[in-house]
Amino acid sequence: MSEQTIDLKKRRFLTKATSVVGAVGVGFAAWPFLSTWKPSAKAKAAGAPIDVDISKLEAGQLVRVLWRKKPVWIFKRDEKALESLDSEDLIKSLDDPDGTGNSKNQQPNYVTSNFRAIKNKETVAVIVGVCTHLGCSPTYRPEPGAADLGGDSWKGGFYCPCHGSKFDLAGRVYAGVPAPTNLVIPPYQYVTDSLIRIGVDQQKT
Amino acid sequence: MNNKQSWIDQRFPLTKVINEHLAEYYTPRNFNFWYFFGGLAVVMLIMQLVTGIFLTMHYKPDAEYAFASVEYIMRDVEWGWFIRYMHSTGASAFFVIIYLHMMRALLYGSYKGPRELIWILGMVLYILLLAEAFMGYVLPWGQMSFWGAQVIISLFGSVPIVGPDLLIWILGDYAVGDATLNRFFSLHVVVIPLILVVLVFLHIVALHHVGSNNPDGIEIKKNKDADGIPKDGIPFHPYFTIKDSVVVVGFLWIFCAVVFYAPALNGYFLEAPNFIEANPLKTPEHIAPLWYLTPYYSVLRAIPPLFGSQFPGVLGMFAALGVFFLLPWLDRSPVKSIRYRSPIYKWILGAFVVSFIMLGWLGVQPVTPLYVLLARIFTTLYFSFFILMPWFSTLGKTKEVPERVTG
Repeated sequence: MSEQTIDLKKRRFLTKATSVVGAVGVGFAAWPFLSTWKPSAKAKAAGAPIDVDISKLEAGQLVRVLWRKKPVWIFKRDEKALESLDSEDLIKSLDDPDGTGNSKNQQPNYVTSNFRAIKNKETVAVIVGVCTHLGCSPTYRPEPGAADLGGDSWKGGFYCPCHGSKFDLAGRVYAGVPAPTNLVIPPYQYVTDSLIRIGVDQQKT
Repeated sequence: MNNKQSWIDQRFPLTKVINEHLAEYYTPRNFNFWYFFGGLAVVMLIMQLVTGIFLTMHYKPDAEYAFASVEYIMRDVEWGWFIRYMHSTGASAFFVIIYLHMMRALLYGSYKGPRELIWILGMVLYILLLAEAFMGYVLPWGQMSFWGAQVIISLFGSVPIVGPDLLIWILGDYAVGDATLNRFFSLHVVVIPLILVVLVFLHIVALHHVGSNNPDGIEIKKNKDADGIPKDGIPFHPYFTIKDSVVVVGFLWIFCAVVFYAPALNGYFLEAPNFIEANPLKTPEHIAPLWYLTPYYSVLRAIPPLFGSQFPGVLGMFAALGVFFLLPWLDRSPVKSIRYRSPIYKWILGAFVVSFIMLGWLGVQPVTPLYVLLARIFTTLYFSFFILMPWFSTLGKTKEVPERVTG
């Protein structure tokens, strides 16, 4: 029995095994540090629903409120605007007009497909004002035919100044712009006819 | 003196280090204008570290107080405006210098063997510096800080599958807010500067190991005299330390002119909306990153969404940065310096520089169909430069490279 020879195979195995165990240890030790970057309990608790009084909202007017730190637009559309949202002319220039394609998950199932609002309350739209491209807040441009937005082909809607995405007055994205999907409709319900609660789904009737 | 020196040398290799990096570091004698910028970059790093340390003494990394604390530095802290403008102008000046430093490498083939590792370390430094500058711009918590952060961080949300969770992890909340600001402060002030300093050290150690390239793109170490000293080399100290200090004085003269007379440089160094406090309800009318990021921002905007996702654009943007790493292996020309390259190579390099500058210019313009088309053309040219390089770098007739440096 020779005590002088070195078993290189064994040594290599032990080196590798020690390295692997060490790496696993580093991985476990890193977890608490990386976890500190997740939303804190306080940040998670701050997402409560909010109530918005719309009794003073007039046609064409838009109010912005903060919900879960995101801007939410609540605005009233007049009859003419609703008509244009339903027109063939507009629909053919949209990417996913009925929200069944790329924009499948961008709205709760209780909003109507063409106006993207709760049934029988179609004039009032509630939309998260965050561009689905890279998170800017698009500008409200309700006036049809605005020269800087394509003149006659512009039916009124939202224009994102960051990268030029366009949305109609129901938050539906135009085809051929950077934003891939329609704007998000948050869960909301009517507490009374003039009070909207954002962050809670409409009760089933 | 000698006693003290030998006492230290027995315990720490002081004389050896000084000789290796200064007194006996032999630098090609034909260095020109383009070789000022490495040294200037070190000066800028030190200036940013010093001004940054003093800003940290007055700044508050809290979404409630950040904007007000920067205004406090500007109005109420004695000479605070000066330190702050040195830091903000310094960021842009740093990038002017780094871009010229990189241009030098492109002109004289400094990235080619045996300097591939210097180039890679330099590219890592460049990307870290972009991240450092971006996070620094978020700290004053103005409108551009907020919305710039919103756009850039959203890029990570487009990653397939893990994107949305990754986004929330980076933000530390469901939207850009106090948590985001606070962690960016830590990264901007501690983490990235530490890594930058270490990498700059490695960048210089690697350079001093293989020796500096020069405008002729020839290795001066191949021609040594009887003492083993390159015939075309002169000691870095005192020759270039003296020359560089004159350059530093000249540079500071221009730098101070900007700090004192045009610190915002017409919106190019500090954008007007950033003098308004962050408002999560309203995006500024026109939003663009600072000039040093705009070429990549243009690439991002040029690529349309595919399969209902903007991820291809994000990949394109990072590819535009990452492709630089491959340069040493894409360039198959037998010569290094532009002086001896074929005429066709000179034209193509020129076209690349024009594309890069045009992409940068388009990045600050609003989106119009014409500008989108132009951005797509220049993005194609940009990537063509790298993809076609293995082919065109061997085209045409190169001039004969001299044995010894010229001029």
